[in-house]
Amino acid sequence: MEIIADIPETEYVLNCTSACAGCGDSLALRYVLKAAGPDTILVMPAGCTAAFQGVYPKTAFALPVVNIAFGAAAACASGLATFLRTKGKATKVVVYAGDGATLDIGLSAVSGAFERRTDFLYVCYDNEAYGNTGMQRSGATPLGAKTTTTPAGKPEVKKDIDTIIAAHEPPYQATACASYPQDLFRKVQKALTFEGPTFVHVLSPCPPGWRYSAEKTVEVGKLAVKSGMWMLYEREHGKLSLSAPTKAAMKKPVPLEDYLALQGRFKGIDAKTVEHLKERIAGNFSRLAAEEALP
Amino acid sequence: MRKITTGNKAVAEAVRQVRPDVVAAYPITPQSEIVETIAEYVATGQLESWYIPVESEHSSMAACIGASIAGGRTFTATSSHGLAYMHEMTNWAAGARLPVVMVNVNRALAPGWNIWVEHSDAMQERDTGWLQVYVSTVQEAYDTTLMAFKIAEHNDVLLPVMVNLDGFSLSHIMQPLDTVEPGDFIPPIHVPDPVDPKNPGGYGTITGPADQFRFRYEIERSMHDAISVIEETEHEFAERFGRTYGAVEEYRADDADVVVVALGTFGKEAEVAVDILRNEGVKAGSVRLRWFRPFPEFDLAGKEVVVIDRATSFGFGGVLAHAIRSKNLMMVYSVIAGLGGQEVTYDDIADFVRHRRIGEEFWFGVNGHV
Repeated sequence: MEIIADIPETEYVLNCTSACAGCGDSLALRYVLKAAGPDTILVMPAGCTAAFQGVYPKTAFALPVVNIAFGAAAACASGLATFLRTKGKATKVVVYAGDGATLDIGLSAVSGAFERRTDFLYVCYDNEAYGNTGMQRSGATPLGAKTTTTPAGKPEVKKDIDTIIAAHEPPYQATACASYPQDLFRKVQKALTFEGPTFVHVLSPCPPGWRYSAEKTVEVGKLAVKSGMWMLYEREHGKLSLSAPTKAAMKKPVPLEDYLALQGRFKGIDAKTVEHLKERIAGNFSRLAAEEALP
Repeated sequence: MRKITTGNKAVAEAVRQVRPDVVAAYPITPQSEIVETIAEYVATGQLESWYIPVESEHSSMAACIGASIAGGRTFTATSSHGLAYMHEMTNWAAGARLPVVMVNVNRALAPGWNIWVEHSDAMQERDTGWLQVYVSTVQEAYDTTLMAFKIAEHNDVLLPVMVNLDGFSLSHIMQPLDTVEPGDFIPPIHVPDPVDPKNPGGYGTITGPADQFRFRYEIERSMHDAISVIEETEHEFAERFGRTYGAVEEYRADDADVVVVALGTFGKEAEVAVDILRNEGVKAGSVRLRWFRPFPEFDLAGKEVVVIDRATSFGFGGVLAHAIRSKNLMMVYSVIAGLGGQEVTYDDIADFVRHRRIGEEFWFGVNGHV
């Protein structure tokens, strides 16, 4: 058994949430909140996490949660963080928002909050579709993936939110996946040492949405990284560092087919689309490697 | 202190004196002068607030909600499309029981592009749980903005307040303004149970039917309680500063056979029409509603009523006329006038009274009886 010594035992996601079995998002949230600690206010738009927090008057989270409309989390957090700072409070403001809330409906609010240098951490948990409403496509859905609104597979590629965020020149941004809990924990902790805005983008495998067996969430996340479909890195004041699992994947990626075959959402994907995905992975590998090599 | 200024500047001056913790706003004609003036106050140290220059009105209300839920005093201003774009969040502010104060400078919605006064922007917010007040002079815009904070933040209310002033015909009109020193007329804000990591809880979590129903009922109860809070506040304002308004402002209405009922600047203009009609021997009066939500009680029994609306509910008619008809169980002459900034003079208003056809709806300027 592997002991993860530096991650606190305190749980802020309490037992008995109504998350689906094997939920990658709730797994990620555990580590995000452990890293953030008790002096934290969560701002949460509509999405899976808002749905499994429990029903009034109960809550499954041991931190205060400000729920807000789908496209409004970044702006709400902006007002909250500004007010707390005017009162001299150092309380951390952490947005925990899905890919739909971040890449799609809330993008202008996200952009505005980053451009205004809001002192917050924005965590996007990315299950690559509108999970809470029944797995409709989002801007984060990858090419070829079947969703309830792309029954033949998504014809467009995944929107690159990380580059969009990078264009706002945040002091810190990172990608992560709860299959690598120490990496996720460390990145969230690190993000919170900066005066915001900071961004952590977490791939969150979703058993019912991605159509794989619930016990395979960690494995699917690892295969996403090992195949290069998901890349782990961080950018500190614009300087990119690749994380170890992605460095390893660059040297010797596992075949993309191993990742795709585990998931029903890629069932029947044609060879041309797989080829296109592989080309994109190769392109992303060389783009990030070149960026890391910059002085 | 006495000066000559615009409706917009009067609002900004009131906001400066009330000192919100956070102002989050987005510019839109004809409101921009309010947020520009507040931004200038903040930049020059005349106002110790934080001004968040948000990227949209949806975000301005969301930011006010974020600051308010943690216990802050918040202000924003908008108009027309801005208010419509904000609509999702106006519902949220009221549902979350947050005493946000907003000034809405009334303006038409496109198409076509039209920047002039109309009340349809505010009327589309009628059912959101916001208190709504319509003002008619620069002085009243200032006084009412001061009172709006006190009323919104009152423990028996805790609902957001929207102060409406007519685009251009009040926002950009220069009139005398007598400012006051509000002092402890505006007590420090106290939002119950502000979000606090020391006392974690869910705000706006998933809520089942029984609790949701109860929360809706509590809004209705607070709207009802707001009627007496408004009365008390206006009374205290009158005692301290010498100016009285009331939930409705009546003019020569006591012995009138026919009254004009209207909101905003039309309501003030109607007073001139009343004088003209009285000189002709018509026993006319006017009733200007200031507060539209909560809807005030007033007696129109035995009078013929001409209602002028600057907004309509297509397929049903004037919004104010509908309210007067149903509240007083009476027929009225419903005049739709001034949409999109259409020019309406006091002579026109006198004409509405002279040619009234109780039970009918009349669209001014197109000679349209409906």
